[in-house]
Amino acid sequence: MTYHRPSDLTEVLRLAATGARPLAGGTDIFAAQQGRDLTGEILDLTAVAALRGISDTPQGWRIGATTRWSDVTDADLPKAFDALKQAAREVGSVQIQNAGTVAGNLVNASPAADGVPALLVLDAVVELASLRGRRSLPLADFVTGVRRTAMHADEIVVAIHIPRASCQGISAFQKLGARKYLVISIAMVAVRLQLTKGSIDAAAIAVGACSAVAQRLPGLEAALVGQSARQPALWQAALKADIAAHLSPIDDIRADAAYRAGAVVELVNRAINAAAGDA
Amino acid sequence: MSLDTPALNLTVNGQPRQITSPQGRRLSDVLRDELGLNGTKVGCDAGDCGACTVLVDGHPVCACLTTAAQAEGAEITTVEGLPAAGLKRLQDSFLRFGAAQCGICTPGMLMAAAAVLRQHPKPTTQQVEDALGGVLCRCTGYAKIVQAVMHANDQVPPDAATPVGAAVGARLRRLDGQPKVDGTEVFGADDTPEGCLLVRAIRSPHYHADFAFGDLAAWRAARPGVTAVLTAADIAGINCFGTIPAFADQPALAKDRTLLRGEAVALVVGLPDAIHALDLTAFPVTWSERPHVLDCPAALAKAAPQLHAGRGGNVLTVGKVRCGDAQAALISAALTAEVVIDTAYVEHAYIEPEAGVAWMDGDTLVIKACTQAPVMDQEDTAKVLGLPKHLVRIIPSATGGGFGSKLDVSLQPLIGLAAMVTGQPCRMVYSRAESLQSTTKRHPSRAVAQAGCDADGHITALTYHGDFNTGAYASWGPTVAGRVPVHASGPYRTPNYDAEARAVHTNGPISGAFRGFGVPQAALAQETLYEDLAIKGGWDRLDFRLRNALRDGDKATFGQVLASTGIGECLEALQAPWADANARIAAFNAANTNRKRGIGVASCWYGCGNTGLPNPSTIRAGIRTDGTVVLHQGATDIGQGSNTVITQIFADAAGLPVDAITLIGPDTALTPDCGKTSASRQTFVTGRAAQKAGAALRAKLSNSGEGGAWRTLVADMPPDARGYAISVEETYDPPTVPLDENGQGKPYAVYGYGAHMAEVEVDMALGTVRVVSLVAAHDLGRTINPMLAEGQVEGGVAQGLGMALMEEYIPGRTENLHDYLIPTFGDMPAITSIFIEKPEPEGPFGARGLGEHVLIPTAPAILNAIRHASGARITKLPALPYRVLRAIKEAAK
Repeated sequence: MTYHRPSDLTEVLRLAATGARPLAGGTDIFAAQQGRDLTGEILDLTAVAALRGISDTPQGWRIGATTRWSDVTDADLPKAFDALKQAAREVGSVQIQNAGTVAGNLVNASPAADGVPALLVLDAVVELASLRGRRSLPLADFVTGVRRTAMHADEIVVAIHIPRASCQGISAFQKLGARKYLVISIAMVAVRLQLTKGSIDAAAIAVGACSAVAQRLPGLEAALVGQSARQPALWQAALKADIAAHLSPIDDIRADAAYRAGAVVELVNRAINAAAGDA
Repeated sequence: MSLDTPALNLTVNGQPRQITSPQGRRLSDVLRDELGLNGTKVGCDAGDCGACTVLVDGHPVCACLTTAAQAEGAEITTVEGLPAAGLKRLQDSFLRFGAAQCGICTPGMLMAAAAVLRQHPKPTTQQVEDALGGVLCRCTGYAKIVQAVMHANDQVPPDAATPVGAAVGARLRRLDGQPKVDGTEVFGADDTPEGCLLVRAIRSPHYHADFAFGDLAAWRAARPGVTAVLTAADIAGINCFGTIPAFADQPALAKDRTLLRGEAVALVVGLPDAIHALDLTAFPVTWSERPHVLDCPAALAKAAPQLHAGRGGNVLTVGKVRCGDAQAALISAALTAEVVIDTAYVEHAYIEPEAGVAWMDGDTLVIKACTQAPVMDQEDTAKVLGLPKHLVRIIPSATGGGFGSKLDVSLQPLIGLAAMVTGQPCRMVYSRAESLQSTTKRHPSRAVAQAGCDADGHITALTYHGDFNTGAYASWGPTVAGRVPVHASGPYRTPNYDAEARAVHTNGPISGAFRGFGVPQAALAQETLYEDLAIKGGWDRLDFRLRNALRDGDKATFGQVLASTGIGECLEALQAPWADANARIAAFNAANTNRKRGIGVASCWYGCGNTGLPNPSTIRAGIRTDGTVVLHQGATDIGQGSNTVITQIFADAAGLPVDAITLIGPDTALTPDCGKTSASRQTFVTGRAAQKAGAALRAKLSNSGEGGAWRTLVADMPPDARGYAISVEETYDPPTVPLDENGQGKPYAVYGYGAHMAEVEVDMALGTVRVVSLVAAHDLGRTINPMLAEGQVEGGVAQGLGMALMEEYIPGRTENLHDYLIPTFGDMPAITSIFIEKPEPEGPFGARGLGEHVLIPTAPAILNAIRHASGARITKLPALPYRVLRAIKEAAK
């Protein structure tokens, strides 16, 4: 093993270009090692101060790549980020939240990644960098499959950006698991609503652990506009159509596909209720 | 120091430390291996258990997920640094509340607690649970840990001394507790003698396979630092062990065929860094897969591969108990019910994976490893390695949980072989995956059972047939098959009874002993039938059980006339909480539609000790001429508390103060055999031996224990070879009669009884279940130590809850602690323990065993409560949300 821990981003990019493997919180990489030591070239990103932290910018909010989940919990953020904060507290345990990073959750690309639905409803954009330059991708295009992303081998994630327009409204998160702490989700839902006097002006809804990549539910989002959050009967058909069109839940050790599909209905309704209730 | 491993500067517990470990090494390994700070424990190397929690600049993290480089410049605090950090009071609180049992999770708990106490000096329950939720405990059920943290900053007076003669019944702190909270306890992985080599095993990736080695010598020669490669060919003795000699069938290293995934076929031994770094996927072995079977129906099929010669149809053994005419009684019963119920493989999930060290002391092979059964380890290791028993010495290390699995040898013959061949100390530490793959589980089972009762709700008959998947090797399969039919009636009068249990070989993990030996599985079938009958008959479910409870003088299905049966008293103790809960639940359910609450009750009984077989314990004690009282305590304390309980019994029997007693052992060279820590036998059997030894000592001292007069009595006496002025040795073996072909006899001398009432809340749309409260009533005969007894109840309930709601081991799929789920802090109900003391004439001071009993009624009580709340009749465990929701929908049809 060769271990690099530069404090300078240019040096990080130079090493990334040589194929060194990025490591931040280590919560996924070490867990996959089955107790063995790390091997190969390791590129530790955590000494680069500019990669960590949450800031309010003219374009919106920036979450640095090595920002820990506990940093999200501790940050003073608009109510649109409530779902993200709730998700932050559900990632593993306090120990995991103190080490695991927001970008790591995206790069690891687990279908059950706790952070993805909440970032999807914030229209998160992933900023990548390499010696070749920088580029940005919507989160929905960044995660491409189970354990697959659009990141090139020489790239690292620099930051996650939340556009100003998406920082509006209030959000809520629902996680379903078979125990309280340290649990992999059976299904999860994030909802962000913009409301005027109880009427929904705009909605963003995302579902995790029910497809290879967490998905938005665009039909439901459209159907909710102009509705009252208190009249769930009016959007159930759109919700069910979206589940059929956009999700592909599987049978696994945690639940079967039919259960997941049904649970999504319940979780979406609860999350809408929770977001509207807090408005 | 090479260029790519520059020295790193850390501050550990306030001291600047320079380290030379590779920068990418896990901080947990750096702390333990380079800095010798063994208080930080490693349970999973994956962030799943939290045992390795340390503070980095005040923030709790898993040291197993933190690289050495990331700790540079940071302030690291480990359990060893707690006193300097002003947190000795927290450590004391853990002792005061009995929050440490085996102690393996304790350092992680303490560190997580230290972080929350810094923010909240008097934290709420919720704050403690949220802060500590990332640390798993398998012993305590968490309740006492929560209390210990909440009250860590309380001002408390020092404990009063226990008066002579009042130790039994006293809420004494564990006598062996201090090392568990200060990080000095030596578990299996914590002893690394100078020059110690490391051992790793090559294991089968297949369920069933033949294999052949390539050029082992060339492979070894190409790898500097590898001292030896060992295979079955290096084993000098009989390469076949097993907990029951007549059924011994398991090789320490397989010869040319493996019967389960994870079976060891070879060992690599050498310098720790070299062995640790080896890529074992390149080991020269070729596998040829054979057809395999993983469940009973497949194994019993005609065309199934036969795993063991002489065990036709893959049936290992069949246990039976019969009385009356069950079929006729079912036909004439007023009401009948039947059930088919499936249970899963359940993993013991102790937080300490198997670990130990072996070395040669002259001609004697010494093995210091975690275990529940030192003398059995000695016998099996001697047999495998071709040594006479007296040349194998077993020194149990502190054992970080066992629950039955550490009764079987695991790495003892392996490290013993390595030490004999190399002549150097050799240690081995199982990875979590190795531990999960290769060590025993609770038997998965399918039970088909029927019960009938008369029009007044008296049980007239019960039939039970259970197939128990015993896995690839025998282990304790025969014991499970024997115990189940004895207990499958539950502690209820059953005049007509026909019960049979088969242990069936498969290529699954080996099923062995796990708290209850099959009885928890059997209780699920019986208590579901009782629920069916009570509902059909319109009887109150608790009354129905009380009506059928065994009473003194009743004859059990196996012919034994029972005395001192406490089940009626246990069920009566639940009557008031039952009535309260019924009223509370009715109000809740009237006000809620999405969530429904329900209550359920179930009972247990359990015979303490071996089934119809001898299982003696021997206790030696002596007084040195300087007045020191020494108790040779050979009952292995795996966290359950025998070091404390046996001493309490001995002290009162001897008329001596507890704090005057020095403990020795367990150690096969120093302590007489106290048998295995299993079958809830230590408090009863070793306790009786300790009581006898104490009484004998008291007679020799002429009752001079009070006031320390014995010290002058022994001062001038000549010491014996062991240095004792006075010594005693006493043995107790419970009187039993083996079962005949119809299962009639006197299988146990002592039984323990209990009943649990669970209250649950079911989410009717998602099928999730929260256990709100649990009342556990147990007849202990005499409560030797109420705090330790509560700890047993709370821990047993946690395991029963896990079995009911979330635990399912699937070989090849759940080989870690994030896919295999055990309960966390947030999953536990409020638990109330009620101890009935109906004296057991055969027990020490009237006491009975408790350890296994507590797990038996929990799962059926929870399932019955789920049914009461939601209508869901669960017949496949665990009751995961999707299964519960499906059963809710079926019930609504």
